[in-house]
Amino acid sequence: MSSNNDSIGKTVTVALLLCVICSVVVSAAAVLLKPMQQYNQDQDRKSNILRAAGITDPSKSVDELFSQITTRIVDMETGEFVDGRPEAEDFRRAAGDPALSSALDRRTDIASIKRQPRYMPVYMVEDASGAIETLILPVYGYGLWSTMYGFLALEGDLNTVAGLGFYEHAETPGLGGEIDNPSWKASWQGKRIYAGEDTSRPSLQVVKGVVDTSLAGAEYRIDGLAGATLTANGVTNMIRFWLGESGFGPLVANLRAAQGAAAEAEVELESDEDLDAADDSEALSADVDATEEV
Amino acid sequence: MANTKEIIVTPIFKNNPIALQVLGVCSALAVTTNMNNAVVMTLAVVAVAAFSNLFVSVIRSHIPSNIRIIVQMTIIASLVIVVDQILKAVAYDVSKQLSVFVGLIITNCIILGRAEAFAMKNPPIPSFIDGVGNGLGYGMVLLFVAFFRELFGAGSLFGIEILPLVTNGGWYYSNGLFLLPPSAFFLIGILIWAIRTWYPEQVEKPEFVIAPNTSKEGV
Repeated sequence: MSSNNDSIGKTVTVALLLCVICSVVVSAAAVLLKPMQQYNQDQDRKSNILRAAGITDPSKSVDELFSQITTRIVDMETGEFVDGRPEAEDFRRAAGDPALSSALDRRTDIASIKRQPRYMPVYMVEDASGAIETLILPVYGYGLWSTMYGFLALEGDLNTVAGLGFYEHAETPGLGGEIDNPSWKASWQGKRIYAGEDTSRPSLQVVKGVVDTSLAGAEYRIDGLAGATLTANGVTNMIRFWLGESGFGPLVANLRAAQGAAAEAEVELESDEDLDAADDSEALSADVDATEEV
Repeated sequence: MANTKEIIVTPIFKNNPIALQVLGVCSALAVTTNMNNAVVMTLAVVAVAAFSNLFVSVIRSHIPSNIRIIVQMTIIASLVIVVDQILKAVAYDVSKQLSVFVGLIITNCIILGRAEAFAMKNPPIPSFIDGVGNGLGYGMVLLFVAFFRELFGAGSLFGIEILPLVTNGGWYYSNGLFLLPPSAFFLIGILIWAIRTWYPEQVEKPEFVIAPNTSKEGV
């Protein structure tokens, strides 16, 4: 190496040139690969929604399976569905846009998300009659190191957990990262969110240690993660926030009211059907008698 | 100058970066729970080691010696980001599992060590080959450890079931220890012992001689 390499001029020149070249290479890679990465993320998000809802079929592609899911946009203030806001599906962008989100005060912001989007997407699996079979809610909140993004699926009663899945977080692998552990996620199934009719205060929480199933209220408690108390608290806060009054609480209340109304209407229908069915069975037994005689 | 075959083969057994130099052990513990991760990590490290050696070697006569480590780190860091971006684009699931460990290739001593020790003094082509060789040497240990960890910890290889697990109606009780980092320590230790039995010249001289037991005089 020649000695003039160490002159200030050469040092600065080499450093500058190297930085320029490296930054061009890095940004080029980031920009050129962005579309593929976004496609992957999109597929991953869809398959996470499907997995949270318990819909898996290896023979079908993610897009095919996703076609049975209805995406609706919810106005978080009223808890009503709104139409024609497809941009709200990207709620992470909305959360950073002052026009589409509102700042949360410290008391409400238990999930440490700072700003809440005005509109949020929800995903639904509906049966043939249009009743909700599974309601999949996007949830996110701060764990120990990172914001954890996931989906929580509720069964048709809008109280029982059907599944939970995170698609993005940066918690410590092996400790907080165990929120991705399949057996822990499976322990959420069948747990209940609300203790009563009130949908403003969810009761579900992640506890420290193992849940004693013999005690009352075990269905509102989930086993903790060893070595990851802060992450687990983050998950609890996330559930408390997103299923509480500032989250999807109003939506759940509205949907339940609608279900109640539908159920009343159904009871009337069913009583008519029972009569029809009774007639049918009589007719059938008459047929059987007839054949025996022959 | 040593011939190509020697440059590429020596770091795999004779001068293995993990087994002899005991470098890069941290990531060897973290990414070896299954073969898929180990293979992808190996490819990533081979690519970064080879190209960082190549680029450092190309500009080696222009690198001011007072900022040479920073220059090497900048090149390595840029390459690691590029590799990370490519993984996210083409192998999203694996890159999610490897998470931070791809980024942590930057801090893998093997890569900086080879850039400083070999690429600064040798022409580009041998430097590139040296990077490949050292990457493969690292990968060899990774694959060795991952083979045993996945086989005994999960009863499978590359995700394909080899030993049917009791939980799936088979006969094999999986050994959970193999999925935890300590098992990689044991396996790497056993591997180092095996290699040093094969090449006794690798055994280091003890730094001090243990004094004879003095308990009798103490009484």
